[in-house]
Amino acid sequence: MKQILEDTEKTFDVNTIRKDFPVLSENVYGKPLIYLDNAATSQKPHTVVDELVSFYSTYNANIHRGVHFLSQKASQAYDDVRVKVKEFIHAASEEEIIFTGGTTDSINLIASTWGRKFIHSGDEIIISAMEHHSNIVPWQMLCEEKGAKLKVIPMNDKGELLLEELNNLLSSKTKLVSVVHTSNSLGTINPIERIISKVHEYAAANSIEIPIVVDVAQAVVHEPLNVQKLDCDFLCFSSHKMLGPTGTGVLYGKAKWLNDMPPYRGGGDMIKSVSFEKTIYNDIPFRFEAGTPNIADVIAFGKAIDYLNSIDRIVALNYEMGLAKKASSLLSAIEGVRLIGTAENKTSVVSFIIEGVNAMDAGMYLDTLGIAVRTGHHCTEPVMQRFNIPGTIRASFLFYNTMSEVDALVDGVKNAVKFLKR
Amino acid sequence: MTIAQIEEEIVSDFELFDDWSQKYEYIIEIGQQLPALDEKFKTDVYKIKGCQSSVWLNASQKDGLLFFEADSDSVFVKGEIALLIKVLSGRTPEEIMSAELKFIDAIGLRQHVAVTRANGLANMIKQIKAYALAHKER
Ligand SMILES: Cc1ncc(COP(=O)(O)O)c(C=O)c1O
Repeated sequence: MKQILEDTEKTFDVNTIRKDFPVLSENVYGKPLIYLDNAATSQKPHTVVDELVSFYSTYNANIHRGVHFLSQKASQAYDDVRVKVKEFIHAASEEEIIFTGGTTDSINLIASTWGRKFIHSGDEIIISAMEHHSNIVPWQMLCEEKGAKLKVIPMNDKGELLLEELNNLLSSKTKLVSVVHTSNSLGTINPIERIISKVHEYAAANSIEIPIVVDVAQAVVHEPLNVQKLDCDFLCFSSHKMLGPTGTGVLYGKAKWLNDMPPYRGGGDMIKSVSFEKTIYNDIPFRFEAGTPNIADVIAFGKAIDYLNSIDRIVALNYEMGLAKKASSLLSAIEGVRLIGTAENKTSVVSFIIEGVNAMDAGMYLDTLGIAVRTGHHCTEPVMQRFNIPGTIRASFLFYNTMSEVDALVDGVKNAVKFLKR
Repeated sequence: MTIAQIEEEIVSDFELFDDWSQKYEYIIEIGQQLPALDEKFKTDVYKIKGCQSSVWLNASQKDGLLFFEADSDSVFVKGEIALLIKVLSGRTPEEIMSAELKFIDAIGLRQHVAVTRANGLANMIKQIKAYALAHKER
């Protein structure tokens, strides 16, 4: 990332980009919408919206079952997206790509199948102190069921993981490590390559296997990812945070793990043959995609990937970092404002509190100006507990945001400080 | 004045404003006029927790009427509770229990459902009505 950032300042034509996103020209309360809640969900380019309409109005059909023209066209379109995802994250093969309901669903799939088979009483699972609830609760549920134990990599006051602590947590009992690549509430980008190699080296030295799950829900829209280079065992993300529709997402898993995992849900499509005596399960990835999948959203998700592939992602990333840097420095200069999450390596998420001002009040005030931000704990309550605060105000930027939107946010916060102090 | 009359008064006050930001500012102003709550009531016993804010509510009884006083860590929520107090404080338990609180819809607060869910307006109403029920049964 740092190296990427050094050749910044290539220009980025944000005004042309903005025209691709219909929502961005909406007004709220009669004021132009300023959408700074991208970490919650991104807006969609018209190509994604159009594809949804096109699918339902010209080739809607169930897939993998019909011999007729529409079914074949829909099946082809659906299967093409699997290839697109494979290329997008540089997986070794498309059978390693499973369509799920999103990040949450992907993590639950691993916990329910891999976990059911490989976790036993006394085993340990390691997560980090900055996980989203979706990377905490499924593991807690599994641990409770199996009598296993959850261990947590702590972080410092800047919101950086203490990697030396990982050495102390790893043991012969460690069965799995699941960490977030980029924190949604702090913005921290974790040194994921180092974490993965540390864990794998430890496992190799002790002749055991410790698979690593990486939650890239926040990272995937911002930076190019390569699962083979990363050497992670599983990777989870949601379509809706990367310009695609809600209701779908991806679980990447190394084939050697997926082949060894029992199915998730039983039903159609996930079987080879069914009799009342015995069912033979289908091969991966279909074994994990029971029932009629979310065809329309997966196909439109393909258009989101096309869109990301069509822009210069490094230039876009640099531009986003510029927005976040400007916001961070102007906001932190306001008296009473304190940034939460000041890691050296951060994504374009700026979380902050205003002393003496309730975060929700500030969010509602900004809303009256047409500025959409997030307030609260952002589904990371343990992070809030770590910083001893009830919640933050979070502005999160994507490449379609502008410097003048940053200025509007900063002015809004300045007024909020004056207006809302108790 | 009856509860219904006070509600009507509030609704007509809000009719002066045509956009949400003015209503929002007005609600905060109303909250600022709420008398301070004694610090001794700012404990968990008196707390009504919303998802993103807290309210402390104390109820007392005099001559068969119920009186409420409250504070919040959110200036907006304080405004909401001030409105509820305006309508429901100094009433009999029966009046409180049968109050429909139509003004909440009428002034456009209900539209902000996500907001009311976050700040626990519904919980505040429930708590006030629970006090009324308890006093009626006594
Ligand atoms: C880091 C992180 N992980 C997981 C999730 C869950 O994603 P979803 O709700 O799309 O399943 C989110 C969404 O907020 C997130 O930010």
